Amino acid sequence: MLKNKQKLMLGLPYYFWAIAFIIIPLCLVIYYGLTDKTGAFTFNNIASIADPQHTKALWIAVKLSIISTIICLFLAYPLAMILVNFKKGKSSILVMLFILPMWMNFLLRTMAWQTLLENTGVINTLLQTIGLPKINIINTPGAIIFGMVYNFLPFMVLPIYNSLAKIDINVVNAARDLGANGIITFGRITLPLSLPGVISGITMVFVPALTTFVISAILGGNKILLIGNVIEQEFSQTSNWHLGSGLSMVLMVFIIISMIFTAIFDKDGEGLI
Amino acid sequence: MKTAGSVLKRIYIALIIIFMYAPIVTLIVLSFNSSKSRAKWGGFTTKWYVSLFQNDAILQAFFNTIAIATLSAIIATIIGTLSCLAINSMKRKGKTFWMGITNIPMLNAEIVTGISLMLVFIFLGVKFGFFTILIAHITFNIPYVILSIMPRMKNLNPSTYEAALDLGASPFVSFFKVVLPDLMPGILSGFLMAFTMSIDDFVITHFTKGPGVDTLSTKIYTEVKKGIKPEMYALSTIIFITILVLLFLVNVSGNDNKKEKIK
Repeated sequence: MLKNKQKLMLGLPYYFWAIAFIIIPLCLVIYYGLTDKTGAFTFNNIASIADPQHTKALWIAVKLSIISTIICLFLAYPLAMILVNFKKGKSSILVMLFILPMWMNFLLRTMAWQTLLENTGVINTLLQTIGLPKINIINTPGAIIFGMVYNFLPFMVLPIYNSLAKIDINVVNAARDLGANGIITFGRITLPLSLPGVISGITMVFVPALTTFVISAILGGNKILLIGNVIEQEFSQTSNWHLGSGLSMVLMVFIIISMIFTAIFDKDGEGLI
Repeated sequence: MKTAGSVLKRIYIALIIIFMYAPIVTLIVLSFNSSKSRAKWGGFTTKWYVSLFQNDAILQAFFNTIAIATLSAIIATIIGTLSCLAINSMKRKGKTFWMGITNIPMLNAEIVTGISLMLVFIFLGVKFGFFTILIAHITFNIPYVILSIMPRMKNLNPSTYEAALDLGASPFVSFFKVVLPDLMPGILSGFLMAFTMSIDDFVITHFTKGPGVDTLSTKIYTEVKKGIKPEMYALSTIIFITILVLLFLVNVSGNDNKKEKIK
């Protein structure tokens, strides 16, 4: 085999890349977040999260992303269980559900929900023909939750599916042989063993939902600002990188907490891919 | 009882599929809508498919998207594969460290990755444009490559490589003839994953692009406010149907191979 040292050299392009484009950029966010325009040290950028408008945006983002994470979990768990036990064409269903839709641009797909959910849109017309009341969901927090669930559901299904697929069927059978019924077996065996997948799934949905600005811009009709929208505006409109960086650092705290949470429960990294 | 359960399961999967595909069907329908408004149906037309090929701005954005996806996926695959060989030969601590670094772009919020790269380009004084988007895409693509090759590294059998050396092959030849084929499925899926992610990315491109350079995503985002050009629906439909047909063909030929093996 190549000598160990030579092998380590093969990683050089990546070491360089990771330092230049992963580590240094994050350090720069912290640097900008902790300085003002003159370059002097300040906590003001981070403290501006206490500004009522910013606090409101953060609070709405946290609330909507928690709700969509819970909905994703309840939709995804049964789906993952069905798919694990599905024999025919399992992988093609997975691809069809999650990979193929990505080939239609995600902004367009989200926008298509606008067309579907509109007050005079397809869904309301359908509801009316079967005699059900209309739903006025467009440009409300409800529509944003809808978009979040739609966009991030795959991130919940895949890790749960992976952890369920790893469960040794003999363990489940043993529980059944020892007299446990279906519900007890699920509660005592299947659910605890799939917990790493569930935790990864929660992180994989919560982080992008918390930080999105696109979904709220398209489905919230620009009336509802999430913390992501505030940060995006600081960067692309007001060009106040220092304030934007400071607010991003607040977001990073949430992200780091989620990462630690995942690292504790999901040691094998089941949530990844 | 059993059949009732499996019917329910099928209905559930069907409902999820409808949920995932409702917007896609909507977009395909809109590409044939002769009215420019999304809200009403003005009759069937294929005119958008014709005018698409006269719309230079959309075609340029499409070209940029494909060029960035191809280049970034290829470069990320090369860097990622090499780094897997290196990381795999590290001691435990080094391995944990570099895998931790690799996880950062995967777990970090896209908006934070986007602005952090934007800040580094400002800091370095690089001109924003095609090049900065490419670097950003390579950065978020490398982890996908590494994470799809790494599981295969663990199963790699060093004896086959040593056997090739014993039989007189040079290290270079043995690597290409023995190690690489073993890793190939991982490398390939990493490449495809990277390519797909690059095509679908908006947020990171949004922060790292320069004025005048657009990918399909950023072009769509600016059009969302003014109203999307129906040609965009036509292009998306063409892309989607192409991939659908390709996947179908790959699946069919894949099944044929399996059958032959069984024979």
